[in-house]
Amino acid sequence: MKQYETVIGLEVHVELATKTKIFCGCSTAFGGRPNSHTCPVCTGMPGSLPVLNRKVLEYAVAVGMATNCEITRYCKFDRKNYFYPDNPQNYQISQLYLPICRNGYVEIESEGGSRRIGIHEIHMEEDAGKLIHDEWEDCTLVDYNRSGVPLIEIVSEPDMRGAEDVIAYLEKLRLIIRYLGASDCKLQEGSMRADVNLSVREAGTDTLGTRTEMKNLSSFRSITRAIQGERDRQINLLEKGGTVIQETRRWDEAGDTSYAMRSKEDAQDYRYFPDPDLVPISISDDFLEEIRSRQPELRTEKMKRYREEYDIPDYDIEIITESRHMAEIFEAAVALGAQPKKVSNWLMGETLRLLKETGEDPEDICFSPENLAKLIDLTERKVINSTVAKEVFERMFRENVDPETFVEEMGLKMVSDQGALRSIAQEVIASNPQSVADYQNGKEKAIGFLVGQTMKAMKGKADPAGVNQLLKELLRATSESQ
Amino acid sequence: MGIAMADNITNETIDYVSILAKLELTGEEREGARRDMCRMLEYIDKMSELDTEGVEPMSHVFPLQNVFREDEVTGGDGSGDTLKNAPGERENMFLVPRTFD
Repeated sequence: MKQYETVIGLEVHVELATKTKIFCGCSTAFGGRPNSHTCPVCTGMPGSLPVLNRKVLEYAVAVGMATNCEITRYCKFDRKNYFYPDNPQNYQISQLYLPICRNGYVEIESEGGSRRIGIHEIHMEEDAGKLIHDEWEDCTLVDYNRSGVPLIEIVSEPDMRGAEDVIAYLEKLRLIIRYLGASDCKLQEGSMRADVNLSVREAGTDTLGTRTEMKNLSSFRSITRAIQGERDRQINLLEKGGTVIQETRRWDEAGDTSYAMRSKEDAQDYRYFPDPDLVPISISDDFLEEIRSRQPELRTEKMKRYREEYDIPDYDIEIITESRHMAEIFEAAVALGAQPKKVSNWLMGETLRLLKETGEDPEDICFSPENLAKLIDLTERKVINSTVAKEVFERMFRENVDPETFVEEMGLKMVSDQGALRSIAQEVIASNPQSVADYQNGKEKAIGFLVGQTMKAMKGKADPAGVNQLLKELLRATSESQ
Repeated sequence: MGIAMADNITNETIDYVSILAKLELTGEEREGARRDMCRMLEYIDKMSELDTEGVEPMSHVFPLQNVFREDEVTGGDGSGDTLKNAPGERENMFLVPRTFD
């Protein structure tokens, strides 16, 4: 068999985090009653007039800047004509001739080191409504709440060679866009969607093969599976002397396979023309400067700075900066006086463990850096021990309680009354002669049981290391007096 | 001038456009549509007679640019009015023939 190379380009749709739709004041909130977020504009009523949401332009330009694009200083919207019930206007307002951003790139880490994936363009457009197909009753239900929700479509160059590249590219985009706060980029919820354009060619040749486009990919897993499947299908076809037909294929998640959409459904002749309802956009230097000045520090810069400023391992830096929100909590807690490594330990340990448990992601963390710093301070000053600290942390993680108040109210402070501790320890020694004997006969581990008993009697409110030391002291005294 | 566009409306063009527009036309409707389209394109042909050498292409009549709205919710629940246009309705959604197989 010949050697083949896979060539992949991606069209990534990202739902922008605006409060309202792209051309009207309807809410973009997810999960509203069907069709409750609709008006004459987003349902394409004759005579209605779309007006561009300024925030959409700001987000699109911010993403373009962060992905090294040229910003188109004079741009326009076009109508893309197609007939389907998800699209009440019979056209989608999009950008063909003068997209807002062009000629950018992002860097991905791949086997051979860092590599650039080119971005051909980014354009602004509106989302379509949602169709629910009822197979039993042979009908379709339409909800237009999503109609007119703002999207940017990021079109890459055909610079990727396999599923690993594609995943790395998508993760990079997602990270950048989340840092900008332009979208939450959740594949499963559809706020980030990827269409994969794939072709194969004999290794060593430069010409591109005929490509197919795959739609309906809603997880990294289905993207990987779809790429592998489509590559094999195309190579098989060519090996048998066949040809690849340019077509749109739909990925069937359940069947782990793709199939061609009917040619009628796939008939593409969009007859784009400039939208006469929307006036052109002319971007001034001031506008660009305004967006530039608001750009947050992105992850690459942040990682570099952390290496210089904080004494924590590279591994910690990588994990903490994966989420801008988590990184901000880290920085703020350190600024409040907490030791960087201590903060990082709480974030990488208990925080990630609990996030995994609740199925949330780091952007959803609700506790404040102030409270985290207070908790660290309480443990540093030995007001609470580490077991209690974990319990307090869990409450803080769920409800952002103030650890100082919480510890006070629940009476979780370690008992500082050495007299009380001493008498309990003496009781424990007196009532556990077997363990005492074991210890004194050289079984050092036996002390663990005595520590446990003392901690239990203290209701956990003692410092285990201190208890250990005290018990050893008392046992030494006992053995000497014997 | 080049070939008149109106002459290009063949029966094949009508069939193709009806696929794009998801329309099923009877023979009579097809002929009507062909005549209508020819008439529209005759008008375009008429405009093509004008000499536009050196004239900047224009997509908008008014010399306006940068009209924006702020990102503030203004609409309430619009489903009542929206659904007045539904051919059928179920669970607050438009009910249409199945569009997918």
